[in-house]
Amino acid sequence: MKRNMTPELLEEKRQEIYATLVDPTLSHEQRVTNLSRAAENMLAVLDEPDGLDELLRCDIDTRCICTLFEGEAPYRPRYICVDFEKFLQTGSDFLQVGPARDFYEALTNLMILYHNIPSITNFPVYVGDLDTLLEPYIGDLSDGEVKRALRHWLNTIDRTILDSFCHADIGPKATRMGRLLMEVEGELENAVPNLTMRVADDTPNDFILAGVQCALKSAKPSFANDKMFRSELGDNYCIASCYNGLYKAGGSYTLCRLVLHNIAKRATGIEDFKQNQLPYVMDIMARYMDERIRFLVEESGFFTHNFLVTEGFIRRENFTAMFGLVGLAECVNLLLEKEGVPGRFGHSEKANELGVEIMDQINGFNNNHYNKYCEAAGGHFLLHAQVGLADDHDVSPGTRIPIGEEPDELVDHLKVIDLFHKYFPSGTGDIFPVDITVHKNPQYVLDIIRGSLGMDIRYLSFYSSDSDVIRVTGYLVKRSEMEKLDAGAAVRQNTTGLGLGASKNCKILDRRIR
Amino acid sequence: MTRAAVNKIIPFSAVDGPGNRTAVFLQGCNFDCKFCHNPETIHTCIHCGVCVPYCQPGALTMAEGKVTYNITKCVLCDECFHHCPYGASPRTRQMTAGEVMAEVRKNMPFIRGVTVSGGECTLWRDFLVELLTLAKGEGLHTLLDSNGTYDFSTDRPLMAVTDGIMLDVKAWTGEDHRRVTGADNAMVLRNLRWLAGQGKLPEVRTVVVPGLFDCEQTVRETSILLRELGCLDTRYKIISYRPMGVRQEYKSLEIPTPEFLTCLAHLAQSYGLTDVVII
Repeated sequence: MKRNMTPELLEEKRQEIYATLVDPTLSHEQRVTNLSRAAENMLAVLDEPDGLDELLRCDIDTRCICTLFEGEAPYRPRYICVDFEKFLQTGSDFLQVGPARDFYEALTNLMILYHNIPSITNFPVYVGDLDTLLEPYIGDLSDGEVKRALRHWLNTIDRTILDSFCHADIGPKATRMGRLLMEVEGELENAVPNLTMRVADDTPNDFILAGVQCALKSAKPSFANDKMFRSELGDNYCIASCYNGLYKAGGSYTLCRLVLHNIAKRATGIEDFKQNQLPYVMDIMARYMDERIRFLVEESGFFTHNFLVTEGFIRRENFTAMFGLVGLAECVNLLLEKEGVPGRFGHSEKANELGVEIMDQINGFNNNHYNKYCEAAGGHFLLHAQVGLADDHDVSPGTRIPIGEEPDELVDHLKVIDLFHKYFPSGTGDIFPVDITVHKNPQYVLDIIRGSLGMDIRYLSFYSSDSDVIRVTGYLVKRSEMEKLDAGAAVRQNTTGLGLGASKNCKILDRRIR
Repeated sequence: MTRAAVNKIIPFSAVDGPGNRTAVFLQGCNFDCKFCHNPETIHTCIHCGVCVPYCQPGALTMAEGKVTYNITKCVLCDECFHHCPYGASPRTRQMTAGEVMAEVRKNMPFIRGVTVSGGECTLWRDFLVELLTLAKGEGLHTLLDSNGTYDFSTDRPLMAVTDGIMLDVKAWTGEDHRRVTGADNAMVLRNLRWLAGQGKLPEVRTVVVPGLFDCEQTVRETSILLRELGCLDTRYKIISYRPMGVRQEYKSLEIPTPEFLTCLAHLAQSYGLTDVVII
């Protein structure tokens, strides 16, 4: 069913647009982005499944499905992961850029391409496997020369890609380029780009330790379990945006999320939740995602006209979509409360078991849902533990234990994580601020990372409890920038605003220090 | 199996040796350091029961003339040992090496090793051999945190399952040492030499308390000795005295300035030590 534009709705949209135009805390770029979103949202071109409206366009306390600002007419994929290797080798006719012949050309060409990659944020969410991508170009250059150029280049990225849902990858092989990149990132303490080190059994300890040292200064890289991702997505995967595992030369059409604790509110108890409410909402969300993908692939023209496709830097066949969820902890706690059963998610065995049962059910549903445009993932979406929104109140990201309720011991926390990370090939992760004394013993973090590789733990982030750059829920912000924004000044990066909201609503500054 | 009085087990520790380790703290010490930050580990409980009424959550009870401790009820308020007239803690568990190892095993594969500390862990020598043998069997790295009063050179079975001993040099001269700890340090320095020769001296520590003993002399002489012994890579931790947890009568000891600590670290480095850390 297509929605109609009522006069009331029109007036509401106009006011929204006006408020955007005059908002002093928005930079010019942020106003333009929000205005384009408002324009898109005037449309009603999607043939929506019946029942969607009531689950999607309602009060935040009852909203069961959320599209995370994607808009009403998807005209570009949410996340695009370009084949940068091919681009550097061949150049691009559209961009009038030739093949890169040296390090400096490679850096410039990449920067040109970055500004021509669409996404939900209008900025690239993936900027390449920067170590192996650039390693072939630095053979003749000294460390000092490479680092000097990298400093300029990374600062340019941070000051022009105005959103920290932007990700670079390194590892699992140790490279000179990877080491130099981490050295420079540790110095710069920039929020953009986010960085992941893929870690495998044969990744050398000193390379991981260089990552830990860098993370204690700049809250990145995070550490991804390479074996786990590879077993699910194959060799050709990357980490984009927050921590999303996606196919290279592809990406994700869309991401919608189930707001599990709001679905639990609809249920009379566990049985009703499992038998009726959850299946009902999942079915509507999946069909809505199907429709969004249909519009994007069949009507928007993106996949027939955009130069990234026509020049072969991305292929539609490598796209899938992300079936997200949020608030498992609150969902489980509410259901147990309704049943009069004591126990909290992350602590009682019963609560964790219920969490696993719910995840099994969602996973089972997804594995039985077929979408013909998700060939790379066997015709399925990929589950995603969504990190939440700045406006979320009392809802924990994905399957995380709520902040303030973390188990006393980190080992017990990790054992809960071990139950849930396996469900999410398109991303999940947990975050640990570590005490300053760990600076003297970074091998402490190394041992935890190494231990995780042997378990079902997918993705871990660490930052020093006293650093300026901190990890909000998946993305990075600077505390100093949040303070500026809080004082009423406009700041460069969109994500600073999200971080500020999250620091107020989601207690991200109160995580238990390990 | 031998039982030991276990004061505490910390599943993940970043401060008890390299990497992530489970730290096991045993009760009882044959030193009486003025700056001790956990003085309740010095003496063993005599089951007088004085602490029991102070235990609000009821974790402590008197049963058959003994103070019994229920760890699941304990809220770690520390009221018990604050009221102990003997400088002991009722919050210990008599555990076999096997029982302790079961606790350690829960933390694998995230830990690289186990560190036994105290109190003074060598007071439980037989237990140590049993526990570390089990740990070695699991492929774990084993360290002891010792005050150095035990003659390690005569204990082959213990040394066979111990990868290293982290030793405190609490003061350089015997006189200073007696003032700080109540005991002599001849054995401590003998151990330092012997362990260095065995390649089993990963770490040496000095707690810096200006005015209590000659800190500069201690750091200098220890550094010179480490250089003579070829232990330039041994980590030397220069630890600031902190009044937290210290007995009331010693809380007024002088806290060193950051400048003084840095000075001492530079002094140690000037003798070629490569891994000097201020804590």
